[in-house]
Amino acid sequence: MDFLRPTSLADALSAKADQPEAVPIAGGTDVMVELNFDHRRPSALLDLTRVPELATWEPTADGGTRLGAGVPYTRIITELGARLPGLAMAARTVGSPQIRNRGTVGGNLGAASPAGDTHPVLLAVDAAVELRSVRGTRVVPVREFYTGVKRSVLASDELITAVLLPRAGGPQQFSKVGTRNAMVIAVCSFGLALHPGDGTVGTGIGSAGPTPLRATEAEWFLTGELADGDLWESPKPLTDSVRRRFGELVAEAAAPIDDVRGSAAYRRHALSVLARRTLGWAWQDYRTGGDQRCA
Amino acid sequence: MRLNVTVNGEPRQAEDVWPGESLLYVLRERLGLPGSKNACEQGECGSCTVYLDGTPVCACLVAAGQAEGREVRTVEGLAEGEALDRVQQSFVDAGAVQCGFCTPGLVVAAHDLLARVPEPTDPEIREALAGNLCRCTGYEKILDAVRLAARR
Ligand SMILES: Cc1cc2nc3c(=O)[nH]c(=O)nc-3n(C[C@H](O)[C@H](O)[C@H](O)COP(=O)(O)OP(=O)(O)OC[C@H]3O[C@@H](n4cnc5c(N)ncnc54)[C@H](O)[C@@H]3O)c2cc1C
Ligand code: FES
Ligand code: FES
Repeated sequence: MDFLRPTSLADALSAKADQPEAVPIAGGTDVMVELNFDHRRPSALLDLTRVPELATWEPTADGGTRLGAGVPYTRIITELGARLPGLAMAARTVGSPQIRNRGTVGGNLGAASPAGDTHPVLLAVDAAVELRSVRGTRVVPVREFYTGVKRSVLASDELITAVLLPRAGGPQQFSKVGTRNAMVIAVCSFGLALHPGDGTVGTGIGSAGPTPLRATEAEWFLTGELADGDLWESPKPLTDSVRRRFGELVAEAAAPIDDVRGSAAYRRHALSVLARRTLGWAWQDYRTGGDQRCA
Repeated sequence: MRLNVTVNGEPRQAEDVWPGESLLYVLRERLGLPGSKNACEQGECGSCTVYLDGTPVCACLVAAGQAEGREVRTVEGLAEGEALDRVQQSFVDAGAVQCGFCTPGLVVAAHDLLARVPEPTDPEIREALAGNLCRCTGYEKILDAVRLAARR
């Protein structure tokens, strides 16, 4: 097996172009499990941990964030909690301290598991994925990134170089159901972002379908309710029926299956509860959190 | 492949390394350092926890090739000569060791916690050790040991 160890992005891209079958390895928290258990014997590994361009983040001109694909979760939590509140919340729930010290958003996207914890948040905030190859760069909305179970639009000569996240103009939430707080693959999960700037809301559902999903109907419903009641301007508490309906529509958008972690019916029910609760928390934040209001 | 890695302050070399094998395998089977334990090989138990360039990681999830030129500190590298590190001594004194399989990983994780947070609260201790499983002690004595180490 070849072990490729590029020390610049340019070298990494040309290595991937020369050997498209090479498997990228960043934190290794997915790849090494497959290697240790002989589920995979790639002809080459492409180590990304020495590529400095992947290990940084920076603000973008429009107030958003360009997050390098190789920034580990621990740094997202310690450095980006305020800029990327939803993603940092999701990052806090990943694995354990040791896993968060290594695991990356690039790896979560590369694996494209429907249970990956970053996906619901990336969907809710309408993030985009930057993909590069020697052919050039393309930016794909995350909403078009996932194509099937553990499949994405990533081409064999491409690397995920960054995730582009818009400025958080309002409260964001992430919630996940599992058997304990640490080390849990989500039974189901939900991400929510309120966008007071344009009066919309974003959602993401994890672990309840072949890919991470958006709850489009739920987004429309809530956007309409908030506009009709003039609630962005004069934010009153949301009625129980609005929160409940939002939860029902999120549950309807899911396409869960029965598996060892939970039944489809349980997942649907749990999602409606997660959606209702995260909406309650986010709206409470919006009503009381003055600094986030002026979007 | 020949692997160069600094372990516990000493430059070491291992020959004929398969680059996809884990750092844990290199440490235990090639460099004669069996302190880090192998229980799950999938990041779930934390018994293989080592410092990699100063950061605690599961050695079973680091590819050998990724460790080239890096610095590793294992549980064997915590003691100063014959004197145990305060975390190790506290595990002994608090009776936090039964079969001992989880101990090296817990000691490294706790060592890192106290380096970052000298006076951790109980929730901070629990969170820092959430990636380390123990099947014997029920964790209470482990918490005692970390509290004791923090006081020393
Ligand atoms: C014990 C344990 C607990 C876990 N808990 C969670 C959890 O709670 N939530 C969760 O979401 N995940 C969890 N995971 C899974 C894993 O940690 C995450 O998916 C993590 O984000 C993977 O990142 P990585 O950098 O380690 O990826 P790697 O293992 O290095 O790579 C993962 C995949 O992405 C590809 N890849 C990596 N980087 C790039 C890139 N820049 N461009 C193109 N392809 C790339 C690789 O080829 C591979 O296919 C857990 C794993 C373990 C072992
Ligand atoms: S052996 Fe590495 S975490 Fe269990
Ligand atoms: S003492 Fe036996 S596993 Fe912890």
